[in-house]
Amino acid sequence: MTARAPARRPGHARMALPWTVRAERRLEVPRWLPVATTIGAVAVALVIGGVILAFAGGDPIAIYAHILRSSFGSLGVLSDTLVKATPLILTGLACALAFRMRLWNIGAEGQLLMGAWAASAVVLVPIVPPGTPSIITIPVMMVAAMLAGGAYGAIPGILKAVRGVNEIIVTLMLNYIAALWISYWVFGPWNEGGFPITPQFPPEAWLPRLSDLAEAIPAFSGLTVHLGLLIGLVAAVLVHFLLYRSRLGYEIRLIGDSPRAARYAGVNVVRNTIVVFAISGALAGLAGMSEVSGVVHRLQLTISPGYGFTAVIVAYIAKLNPYGVVVAAIAFGALILAGREIQPSGIPAMIQGIILFSLIASEVFLRYRFRIERRAA
Amino acid sequence: MDPTIILAAGVAAGTVYLFAAVGEIFAERAGVINLGVEGMMLMGAVVAFGTAVGTGNPWLGLVLGMLAGGLLAALHAIITISFQAEQVVSGLALTFLGSGLARVLGEDLSKAGATALLPTATIPGLSAVPVIGPIFFTNQSVLVYVGFLLVPATWYWINRTRPGLHLRAIGESPTAADTLGVDVYRLRYAYVIIGGVFAGLGGATITLAISPGWFSDLTTGGAGWIAIAIVIFARWNPLWAAVGAYAFAAIRRMIIDLQGPETLFGFPNPFFEDHTLTFFLQMLPYVLVIIVLVVVSGEALRKRVGAPAALGIPYVRGERGA
Repeated sequence: MTARAPARRPGHARMALPWTVRAERRLEVPRWLPVATTIGAVAVALVIGGVILAFAGGDPIAIYAHILRSSFGSLGVLSDTLVKATPLILTGLACALAFRMRLWNIGAEGQLLMGAWAASAVVLVPIVPPGTPSIITIPVMMVAAMLAGGAYGAIPGILKAVRGVNEIIVTLMLNYIAALWISYWVFGPWNEGGFPITPQFPPEAWLPRLSDLAEAIPAFSGLTVHLGLLIGLVAAVLVHFLLYRSRLGYEIRLIGDSPRAARYAGVNVVRNTIVVFAISGALAGLAGMSEVSGVVHRLQLTISPGYGFTAVIVAYIAKLNPYGVVVAAIAFGALILAGREIQPSGIPAMIQGIILFSLIASEVFLRYRFRIERRAA
Repeated sequence: MDPTIILAAGVAAGTVYLFAAVGEIFAERAGVINLGVEGMMLMGAVVAFGTAVGTGNPWLGLVLGMLAGGLLAALHAIITISFQAEQVVSGLALTFLGSGLARVLGEDLSKAGATALLPTATIPGLSAVPVIGPIFFTNQSVLVYVGFLLVPATWYWINRTRPGLHLRAIGESPTAADTLGVDVYRLRYAYVIIGGVFAGLGGATITLAISPGWFSDLTTGGAGWIAIAIVIFARWNPLWAAVGAYAFAAIRRMIIDLQGPETLFGFPNPFFEDHTLTFFLQMLPYVLVIIVLVVVSGEALRKRVGAPAALGIPYVRGERGA
């Protein structure tokens, strides 16, 4: 079975070039090809981004070198990069899982915020009495965050499954609502000192950091990496297991590849839609907990610089593979870390957009094999 | 809390949503979802405002803003129509790219302040009509009147003309349209780009007419996403899109006005007493969008009047499809 790529319709191919490009549908994709196209796409995106930067009056090489140096240049900044990567791992997994079933959860940001809020509530309401040891406080915060994120994620899941409501719009609206919800608590009941922040959590609600071990291992002093990274890595293993080793995962992939076939096979699409959205939301909620408990030790208005949105790209760059999400999250953690110093501030978002574009454009190479043929005289 | 002021402001601000929604209706009627409306609007907004500040000519800004929106949309068209990529993801990429690029371009514009506005006009005669006149025809931006003309024109184009028939055909059944000699690819390209031009116009309407100035990516404040929701609410009909756009903007305005008075209906105004409660008021428009979508969605309704049948599906000649 061969098909011409629409870009080369017969009417258009008769330009006077000495060669033509023929596109054939691929029946099988070689294992190395997705990795190669991803790397190629990122490289092309960086070149395009560089050209735009040069036009905007910047020095692209200097900017890229600066990004690399200020994110991987030393143990200290590498640690900071991993701190930024942690919420991206969790939200990236949230997106990857939902996207695998072709559920467009663009609401990881809102689910993260709700998770951060619930984890804070455990300490600030308080749900566990002050002075409760970490070994109890932290798991309770994690569960609270997952429940809040999961419930918030289940809303678009239920609306889509039961009423067929477009989940993209619902998750986006819920993002705005969650941001306002956080605003209310940090300006209102939990406000401290007029700034949009809550009081600091007691130390038993802090995720341990590598620097906590500095007395025993001096090399760890000043390293901000916290337990959230480990939580993220464990989550990646669990999501991988869920997707590729469990019945639910099989059904998720089946629905994602062919909803019609899944329905004929008797898969409960309604139930799976709600379950997957809830798990996705729970993962994002955990990211929120990891931020309040591992990084800032309080809830604040600016708890996320858009991790939930970058997660969309992280998931896509990883081709929805959970381990790939970890790698991509670290790369984007670096971009976010370095991006704070880059002016104008829109550059990181712009580069993210170009990378995502380049990635989805490159997928045409996975669907088609292109041959350049000499034109017969 | 004067209803006339609220409704007049709703018509003015609703024009922004209206332009973007009409553009999205064109693209989606042709079978292509473009979720990049927010990015295209931001680009339209920044290019229009930047041009107006730089040249002192808001009309030139308007035109270039529309072109900027169309240019971004062309990228979406290439990726989704020629490369047959996932339309949802491409649209998201467009949002990232558009808002990032707009912030880069608008770096120095936030200090520029309000400038060279497009003129407002009062329509003689019509403005004297009771109720209608003060709301629709008094001191509105010229772009608001463009919106009034655009709605019936779009409806007529889609439903009563031959090109409109082709538009509906490529969105409902591209294979059949192709068989009858309609150039599916070319038309889809055209309508996606037209959609971008209208989104750019929507963005330019913000910075040049409705709330002038450049406030980074807060300029649009999610208007692009609201516009997409309005398209679903309107069931791809421009007349209903106008209703949705004006009504939504009026509700937004009412929420702002609710925070002002000391008493509401004789009771102390809780939003005046405790300003943190206004965050809940601000949630209302978003809650409302969700509620409206829940009401208009649902299987029964979708079967009667629904999305174009081939919406979101890339057309590949010679392959089985919608």
